[in-house]
Amino acid sequence: MRLAGLRARRKLRERAIGGLLFAAGATSILTTAGIVVVLLVESASFFRHVSIVEFLTGTTWTPLFRPQHFGVLPLVAGSFLVALIASVVALPLGLGAAIYLNEYAPNRARSILKPTLEILAGVPSVVYGYFALTFMTPILQHLVPGLSMFNALSAGIVVGIMILPLVASLSEDAMRAVPRALSEGSYALGATRWETALRVVTPAALSGIVASFILAISRAVGETMAVVLAAGMTPRLTLDPRESIETMTAYIVQVSLGDTQFGSIEYQSIFAVGLSLFAVTLVMNIFGRWFLKRFRQVYA
Amino acid sequence: MRVLGQPDPRLRRRRRIGRLFHGLCFAATAVGVVFLLVLLIDVMIDGVAWLTPTFFTEFPSRIPARAGIKSALYGTVWLMGLVALVTFPLGVAAAIWLEEYAGKNWIQTVIQTNIANLAGVPSIVYGILGLAVFVRWMGAATGGRSVISGALTLSLLVLPTLIIAAQEAIRAVPSSIREASYGLGATKWQTVRHHVLPNALPGILTGTILALSRAIGETAPLIMIGALTFIAFVPDGPRDAFTALSIQIYNWASRPQDDFRHLAAAAILVLLLLLLSMNGLAIWLRNKYRKDW
Repeated sequence: MRLAGLRARRKLRERAIGGLLFAAGATSILTTAGIVVVLLVESASFFRHVSIVEFLTGTTWTPLFRPQHFGVLPLVAGSFLVALIASVVALPLGLGAAIYLNEYAPNRARSILKPTLEILAGVPSVVYGYFALTFMTPILQHLVPGLSMFNALSAGIVVGIMILPLVASLSEDAMRAVPRALSEGSYALGATRWETALRVVTPAALSGIVASFILAISRAVGETMAVVLAAGMTPRLTLDPRESIETMTAYIVQVSLGDTQFGSIEYQSIFAVGLSLFAVTLVMNIFGRWFLKRFRQVYA
Repeated sequence: MRVLGQPDPRLRRRRRIGRLFHGLCFAATAVGVVFLLVLLIDVMIDGVAWLTPTFFTEFPSRIPARAGIKSALYGTVWLMGLVALVTFPLGVAAAIWLEEYAGKNWIQTVIQTNIANLAGVPSIVYGILGLAVFVRWMGAATGGRSVISGALTLSLLVLPTLIIAAQEAIRAVPSSIREASYGLGATKWQTVRHHVLPNALPGILTGTILALSRAIGETAPLIMIGALTFIAFVPDGPRDAFTALSIQIYNWASRPQDDFRHLAAAAILVLLLLLLSMNGLAIWLRNKYRKDW
């Protein structure tokens, strides 16, 4: 009898613990739901004042002074200009680093370089912003005539350095997954090392490399503090990297720095911009991981 | 005509390209390392002279020579403690559920995909969430723009990273351990509690420290919830207003005067030192308790 009671209690305890653990796992769903609900609800009140068409197609963004215009394109363009400059820096360098780490680096060099890249990825973005503002920009001003104090160029370059480790490590993982037999086959046919690296290993790892590019660009679009400090807060529809611009992220920070009233249209506008940012990065992340899965070569 | 013993000129060309390519790939890797060195040296030149004892014991001030990071340091320590308290149990429990309890079913797939997606959400979006939920909706409980609001926001931000790291640590425990435990009649929870968790703990701790070090460098979400104010006191409880190192750095760096920028550099040195020692601790833990099964 006592044994049966013990068993029942034990079973109950097991079920309760399972339930608690599940609840912990489910908090992540709550987080996502929270993000989506908050962004949608507050954006909805924003779109009662501003038409979605004006928001998505307008080319002037002046919510903080009159006359107010709410065309988000200058902010989107700012984000993508920075991401573009960052990609020009990070994609070739990251790919080169991945090839070096995978093909050439002796073990000792690897054991130094990999942690160094990890540290580079761990430096807070506000530190990159400080560096861009106080070191890169003054130097670049000697090289690039007409470069303003705040500019997309030096922000883009430091963001590029920030996302470089991500490109390098994801691409290297993809190259590592290419079976040795493939590169050995290439050597056996008389190919040199660089031919093997560029024409056999890189194409074989292409899905992983492209995915690393997409994820890194998405990271660059969402990057905030480096851009706030170095790229300025001047919403402008331009492709000129020498000028001060404003990204979606920088605008959100700008509004929360001032003393905007809860419930005002300026306050609501950060949710509309946040929703755009969330949508853009989410689509890129999903696409990146889909790409990784869809085009992954399965080597048996 | 080729002369025997003389390499084919085309092969020579291919080898030359090879050397060039090797050099280029090395240079690409070196850029990151050199950049890191230049950054560190630049910050040191700007900031070392400002790292005086009073820098640690004074509150922020309008006069650069009298400004310090006391309130910022306390704020960062408060944040770290609260984030650890929230994320460690929650993250480990979620990881245990995903690895040990959930079968391969749709709920598990949905939660796993969701966690991967959350890890890619820009940190400022978490700031928006924190502003709406913790500062406004739950303002009565959290005290509004308070340490606990900041800590909860950062917790949501680093949870996905922690869960993924903890899952990897749990997955690395070989199934023979679990089977031996079941074989002796242990229940699922007894197996997890007494065998899986102790073996996965070093990996989980490493992941937790790395997640925390990500949290203390974050600036944007804290600005969003409104922590960028002049704070000349130390928080007494979780519902008090606060500032943090990263915010103080932004505040000083965004001012045009050189002296404030030097203060920012000095604060960056403190932050980087903190981050490096946390990373060092994580690596040491990883190596000390590494097990090859």
